Amino acid sequence: MTAVEGDALLDVRGLTKTFPAPQGLVDRWRGKPRKVVRALTDVDLTVRRGETLGIVGESGCGKSTLARCLVRLYPADRGSVRYAGEDVLSLGGDELRRYHRRVQMIFQDPFSSLNPRMTVGQVLREVLTVHRLRPREGMDARVTELLSLVGLPAEAAGRLPHEFSGGQRQRIGIARALALEPECIVADELVSALDVSVQAQVVNLLLELQEKLGLTVLFVAHDLRLVRHLSHRVAVMYLGRVVEVAPTNVLFERPAHPYTRALLAAAPHLDPAHRVDAPALSGELPSPLDVPSGCPFRTRCPHAFDRCVTERPELLDVGAGQQVACHLFDPAASAGGR
Amino acid sequence: MTTTAPTTTGVPRARSRRRVKPTLALGLVLLVPFVLAALAPRLLAPYSPTDFDYSAILQAPSAKHPFGTDNFGRDVLSRVIHGTRVDMQIAVFTTLFPFVFGSLLGALTGFVGRWADAVVGRVADLVVVFPFLVLVIAIVAVLGPGLTNMYIAVSAVGWVAYWRLVRGEVVAHKQTEYAQAARVLGFSPTRVLLRHILPNAITPAIVYLMTDMSLGILLGASLGYLGLGAQPPTPEWGVMVADGKNFMVTAWWISGFPGLALTLAGVTFSLIGDGLADALRPRS
Repeated sequence: MTAVEGDALLDVRGLTKTFPAPQGLVDRWRGKPRKVVRALTDVDLTVRRGETLGIVGESGCGKSTLARCLVRLYPADRGSVRYAGEDVLSLGGDELRRYHRRVQMIFQDPFSSLNPRMTVGQVLREVLTVHRLRPREGMDARVTELLSLVGLPAEAAGRLPHEFSGGQRQRIGIARALALEPECIVADELVSALDVSVQAQVVNLLLELQEKLGLTVLFVAHDLRLVRHLSHRVAVMYLGRVVEVAPTNVLFERPAHPYTRALLAAAPHLDPAHRVDAPALSGELPSPLDVPSGCPFRTRCPHAFDRCVTERPELLDVGAGQQVACHLFDPAASAGGR
Repeated sequence: MTTTAPTTTGVPRARSRRRVKPTLALGLVLLVPFVLAALAPRLLAPYSPTDFDYSAILQAPSAKHPFGTDNFGRDVLSRVIHGTRVDMQIAVFTTLFPFVFGSLLGALTGFVGRWADAVVGRVADLVVVFPFLVLVIAIVAVLGPGLTNMYIAVSAVGWVAYWRLVRGEVVAHKQTEYAQAARVLGFSPTRVLLRHILPNAITPAIVYLMTDMSLGILLGASLGYLGLGAQPPTPEWGVMVADGKNFMVTAWWISGFPGLALTLAGVTFSLIGDGLADALRPRS
């Protein structure tokens, strides 16, 4: 998919989020410093209006935390998030409610993301009522409209979540988010809990809706094929950092960061003649409790050298809209590999 | 990028109506005579519950006195029927306040967390350090015997169970994606708690309420037996069992029938609680 030329709708700068690790009473009493899980460290990211930005990475890399920080489910420790110029992290009360009308989220688990005691109609009507989007008379028509938008029959309104399949529930989740007529949708692992056959339907629905409604989509996923199928640009995360951002075709054809290369190489390929030269990743993903100094990837990187231990690489432009956080691509460095 | 979303196939038809569970049905049927007796004891009881009849003391069950008479010649059946109102009142009053207060406090502290949760948690610890009955007896002893003081004592201690139950559920439900979705949808914290979390978190407390009602009756009976609850000549089942204890061998019916009523009431509430647990559980 070709990149969308648009102004920045969502601009993330230096976003950092840590979670305190559980600490025993004795350690606390002794005044031992509390360990923290570094979920996000200095994340920089720009989402353009109308594009789909895919965010990929292994589980535990912070992609879900990022999604939750963006919709203010988690308070961030540091950094800034600007949405159309507005400082998202300082919003409160009515301003926050207005922000949530513009930026909505779709959740991962089709089984826990719907209140088991509310019918689909009640769920949608509550959203419309709280935000005063429709007068009482227009409510039922709007519910039917929302359901048909996601390919569900009008009768679905009278049913409880347990009467639907996983794919249908995700459609309900999408309808719930669309009830607010948002500009931007954050989809956290939208289809990873679904059967492969159903995944395509839901993903295509999202694509169709994006085109129809001009949505900006932040698509968080670990499935590279899905991300390739529907993203304009892709951000790769590793241990709470963005290590590479590029237009989808560039990223998949010319991955720059050693981690991206390893990730693409690890994805199964249907052609048995297909061979990749990038070495498979060795070693375990380091604990986010104990992130390596310098470059977080250096412990598993086949190209790591001295500078990677001491200095953290910043995201640098390498042309064609591609940004990489790796010393190998720093023109100032002499010890470049490729 | 122009794929059309296939219209979803087969949304399951006909919402299958949930049948009332046999335990719940049996419990509700058994509850009927208790409710009737509590509402209109005068219509059902053949005699006065308190009038002495020295010409008919300690009579065994007969056609005239189906449950026999006690050592003052009072009709045991009439006393059991009149006692129903007192004991049902005990069942409700010993549990209602703890249920309402404990659940609301649990919802609030579980949702807010932080210091509020910690403070209430320590107070709750303080209460549960003492054995339940001992603490109730101690409070009643200080306030003086009688039903009102018993309600106060039980309320002061009983809320802890509901607080714990609801607090834990709220903490768990707060993390669910539907609760997070409600927040992202811009709902106020009050709405998220009362409309989304609490209806799902309250179920175990309602089920426990039913069990607690039968425990409440037993507690009222125990305190009545010890002379700290209902005072004679109030016809209360526990007091009646206590009154008959000296005649246990010669006139078993004086304690036996109120004891039976007590047991039956306990079974009834347990059945209802059990049935409610099934009925209230959302299907997934």
